Amino acid sequence: MDLLNNLALGFSTASSLANLFFCLIGVLLGTLIGVLPGIGPTATIAMLLPITFQLEPVSSLIMLAGIYYGAQYGGSTTAILINLPGESSSAVTAIDGYQMARKGKAGAALAIAALGSFFAGTVSTFLVAIFAPPLTEIALQFGAAEYFSLMVVGLVSSIALAHGSMVKALAMVVLGLLLGLVGTDIYTGTPRFTLGIREYSDGLNFVAVAVGVFGIAEILRNLENEKSRTVLMAKVSGLMPTKEDFKAMIAPVLRGTVIGSVLGILPGGGAILAAFASYTIEKKVSKNPQEFGQGAVAGVAGPESANNAGAQTSFIPLLTLGIPANPVMALMIGAMIIQGIVPGPNVATEQPALFWGIIASMWIGNLMLVVLNLPLIGLWVKLLTIPYYVLFPIIMAFCSIGVYSVNSNVYDLYSVAFFGLIGYVLSKLRCEPAPLLLGFVLGPLLEENLRRAMILSRGDPSTFVTRPISATLLFIAVVVLVIVFLPSVKAKREAVFQEED
Amino acid sequence: MNSLKFDTTNLICGLLFMAIGIFFAYQSFELDLGTAFRMGPGYFPFILACALMLFGIIILVQSARVQGEPIGHIAWRGMLFILPAPILFGLTVRGLGFVPSLFMTALFACFASGRMKPLTAIVLSVALTIFCVLVFSYGLGLPFRRFGPWLGL
Repeated sequence: MDLLNNLALGFSTASSLANLFFCLIGVLLGTLIGVLPGIGPTATIAMLLPITFQLEPVSSLIMLAGIYYGAQYGGSTTAILINLPGESSSAVTAIDGYQMARKGKAGAALAIAALGSFFAGTVSTFLVAIFAPPLTEIALQFGAAEYFSLMVVGLVSSIALAHGSMVKALAMVVLGLLLGLVGTDIYTGTPRFTLGIREYSDGLNFVAVAVGVFGIAEILRNLENEKSRTVLMAKVSGLMPTKEDFKAMIAPVLRGTVIGSVLGILPGGGAILAAFASYTIEKKVSKNPQEFGQGAVAGVAGPESANNAGAQTSFIPLLTLGIPANPVMALMIGAMIIQGIVPGPNVATEQPALFWGIIASMWIGNLMLVVLNLPLIGLWVKLLTIPYYVLFPIIMAFCSIGVYSVNSNVYDLYSVAFFGLIGYVLSKLRCEPAPLLLGFVLGPLLEENLRRAMILSRGDPSTFVTRPISATLLFIAVVVLVIVFLPSVKAKREAVFQEED
Repeated sequence: MNSLKFDTTNLICGLLFMAIGIFFAYQSFELDLGTAFRMGPGYFPFILACALMLFGIIILVQSARVQGEPIGHIAWRGMLFILPAPILFGLTVRGLGFVPSLFMTALFACFASGRMKPLTAIVLSVALTIFCVLVFSYGLGLPFRRFGPWLGL
């Protein structure tokens, strides 16, 4: 059995003492930062990214994955306890989770979230292990035209899942692509858009852009209404869910896992969609739909499982194609490139230990979350009481050190400040930062493949529609665009995002 | 007919995207555009810049039609103290060295909040500096000079 051999290789890599240690540190740090109100997984990873650069590639990616799970779990914790979801994917959890907490069932809600996530994580880890290799085979047949079309699909779906105005999301993608092109042109060696600054000839530092647009902009947003922010603290007691709770959570967890696994593969942020879809379905199939919004167990268990399953399966496009499915995966790609790994189908064959090690570490990371976080909940709750004005100087110091440590280039620190400003201004103008980051990562890849495809076809653009895989992908992109611009869907989409606010 | 009313958020947003688009279009025009067969360094960015300008115009047009929410509070004080903090670190980390530079950066960032008291700020910055030096400089072994040449040490 190939699968078992591969998994064995993965587990032996991931369970080396050093890697277990880094996974543990990652999960702890991720939860630690993720639990801070108003800081979502993307910002958490952007801030902690530089810490991992000193490690071996495998350990570094394992630690990053740990940070991701930790941050997501931390986000659910804040959603349940103080009704402040860190990122939109845990916004759904806040609806019923917070109500459960208000009824004195905060402990049970947290345990349900953790157990549901763990189950979903286990199932979807196996799914990744099963489906990644065959997809890699397909991906190896991809030429420049197919890669270009695939990236277009990814960018288009990131627009579809962004909040608010579609045109703004489109503009953000284009702006991200343009920013990604800053630096030296690969074919001719001409410096582009560097404003004559030699330090930018390698391109803008990815970490600096991510920390600026997500981290710094988020701090500024939190500083806006310092006085009006009140933390309503719910008491945590009685961690163990009751027998009825267990009974009530089984079916939603199973359904959530399926929904999450399927939607997570979609490029553009499937995890968010998965949580919403699961909540809607649970409400539809429930015998007591009136319970939803009043603290229904299913309303926590379903979306949390879907969310986690989606987070896991979003690694599939990353590991097989090197295409990020969401901003977090974009950060992972950035980390891989900095480690000297070219993401794509070749990773599985050239570096099997790395590939399977990451997959195995997903499961280990999930296990650690359950084992660690349930007993440590008291500590996380205490963290929620730390005033914000103490936190952000600490975050600023970490960001500065982190960004500087990547290349020891002081110009990267100047770009952090610049992108912090840009990110804040754009968020004030109600533009989502996620499509920008995705565009930034894909910009150089998109251009390279476009130019290569055009050279191969001798300047004939029909190559994108005459090659079957490429044509199918472009067709999907068009369908997605048409669907989101349809008036009826547009209205529904707005309603969904309204509910979330 | 009413006089033209603009939604400020979208007005600024549209103008901003258009300005950025014009900047990139102008810059790529100075590069070699090439042909669709052999694209020069300016070809793809030029197309993108034009698209960005187009989106800017659409947002601008929308701003005249739909009235959105106002922009709301702006964190002026935050921007004044948070944004220069990494720049300060960048300007001094080589000259002054890691320890004093980090202390100044943290202390400076502290003043972004109106609630921070001076004494708390100093205590926090000292503790933070000690922690970071232990973790990053001694623990992770990052190659930073702890005290730089400007101090004459």
